Amino acid sequence: MSEARPARPGLYYPKLPATWWLKRPGYVRFMLREVTSVFVAIFVVELLVIVHKIGQGPQAFADMMARLQSTGCIVFHVVALAFVVYHTITWFQATGVVQVVRVGDRQVPPALVVAGNYVAWVVVTLFILYWLLVRS
Amino acid sequence: MSPGKTIEPLWWSLFSAGGVVAAFLVPVHLFLFGLAIPLGWVSVSHARLLALVGHPVVKLYLFVLIALPLYHWAHRFRFVLEDLGLHGLRRPLAVLCYGSAIVGTVATVWVLIRI
Amino acid sequence: MTEETITLEVTRYQPGDREPRTESFSVPYRKDWVVLDALNHIKDRVDGSLTYRWSCRMGVCGSCGMMVNGVPKLTCSAFLRDYHPGPIRVEPLANFPVIRDLVVALDDFLEKLRRVKPWLIRETEKPVAEGEYRQTPAQLDAYKQFSMCINCMLCYAACPVYGLAPAFIGPAAIALAYRYNLDSRDEGYRVREPIVSDSVGVWECTFVGECSVVCPKGVDPAAAIQRSKVAGAKDWAMSVLMPWGGRK
Repeated sequence: MSEARPARPGLYYPKLPATWWLKRPGYVRFMLREVTSVFVAIFVVELLVIVHKIGQGPQAFADMMARLQSTGCIVFHVVALAFVVYHTITWFQATGVVQVVRVGDRQVPPALVVAGNYVAWVVVTLFILYWLLVRS
Repeated sequence: MSPGKTIEPLWWSLFSAGGVVAAFLVPVHLFLFGLAIPLGWVSVSHARLLALVGHPVVKLYLFVLIALPLYHWAHRFRFVLEDLGLHGLRRPLAVLCYGSAIVGTVATVWVLIRI
Repeated sequence: MTEETITLEVTRYQPGDREPRTESFSVPYRKDWVVLDALNHIKDRVDGSLTYRWSCRMGVCGSCGMMVNGVPKLTCSAFLRDYHPGPIRVEPLANFPVIRDLVVALDDFLEKLRRVKPWLIRETEKPVAEGEYRQTPAQLDAYKQFSMCINCMLCYAACPVYGLAPAFIGPAAIALAYRYNLDSRDEGYRVREPIVSDSVGVWECTFVGECSVVCPKGVDPAAAIQRSKVAGAKDWAMSVLMPWGGRK
């Protein structure tokens, strides 16, 4: 249902075309942000498959990694990485707007909230890299 | 759609949780398993990985990492399709998107339990 | 000395026309003129039938909202010099039905504005003898930004969700509901909640964010909507986990 009320005679009712998002840079950025979710979903499903292959034994895992070495896969992952990082950037930006952090009577400036998220992101990333690569 | 009570807050909450998980965790994991390990920049033994995914805490971590972003995708993708003009197909789109996320969640549990 | 001119391409529409058409007008290009001045020049000197709304001509009444080169703007605040050498496309505010030329029907917006009850709601009125409601500067700061709305509807013109699904209650209505919810004098959160958290309320918004970009008063309706979603999600979770109530 997309009509709020019956049309009145004599009035002109404009229709928004399906290409509305191409008309302004802000709209295009919005669409790109929304599309990041597709790459996020593809990757987590891929991760599930990788985990499954790990469970199936060293040969299955090695075969999977070999398949991921193909040029097509690498190119896809470079593109996907760009999109998921764009998700991170836009998500932190949104957090600054949405999350009102109060200290006593004053509001923490949004820029500080955003910066805090980035710091946390770096810490989490380093921790995961350490846990997976350094510890044995 | 007619005005009235709605279950949207549930999907939005899952979308938000999934968005946080995706924002913090997906980039590093994608970098590792999509680029660094296949290209040989770093190496992790299968034995180590198997030991990790066998651990119940890691399984919980993987469940959160995989399942929640699916709901993030489902909610966002559903609205993208609506914003591209498919607003009339609101019900079927919701079933398709959230349904896929639920199927993915079940599959995740199934894979993790069997390791 | 011939004065420099600039061309305005203005939408014309009469009730009963099948669709709008564009008419070109050449107006003097003056450095201090705004698009509204150009429209007034056309109406005064060229074509008296050109129809449009305007009032204060200084950006506080919200009457003169139109699309200028595809962007929702107050025409009293859109300087010709920013569009030089032109031509400048002037169209009626997007996403609203057009009554005539540049005039759009406001009914839908006004109905939605009333629906959110944008006034102080009290459980019990304080008698005058008890004095005025007092507010600290911090309490005022909490909602002040969202009180700057002049109901110009530029945010509705910028919102693709409103364009695609006109039942959506829209940015300004939600921002105003939020403004009153945040006001320390107000006790109407529970009254507004079913309207704002309704299926055509905040949940329709996909945070495109263009509403806040075009707002001439810096209201940031997008922030108001997202924060209302957080509040709405918490309310919903509480209603599921504790259906017996026990909230403010």
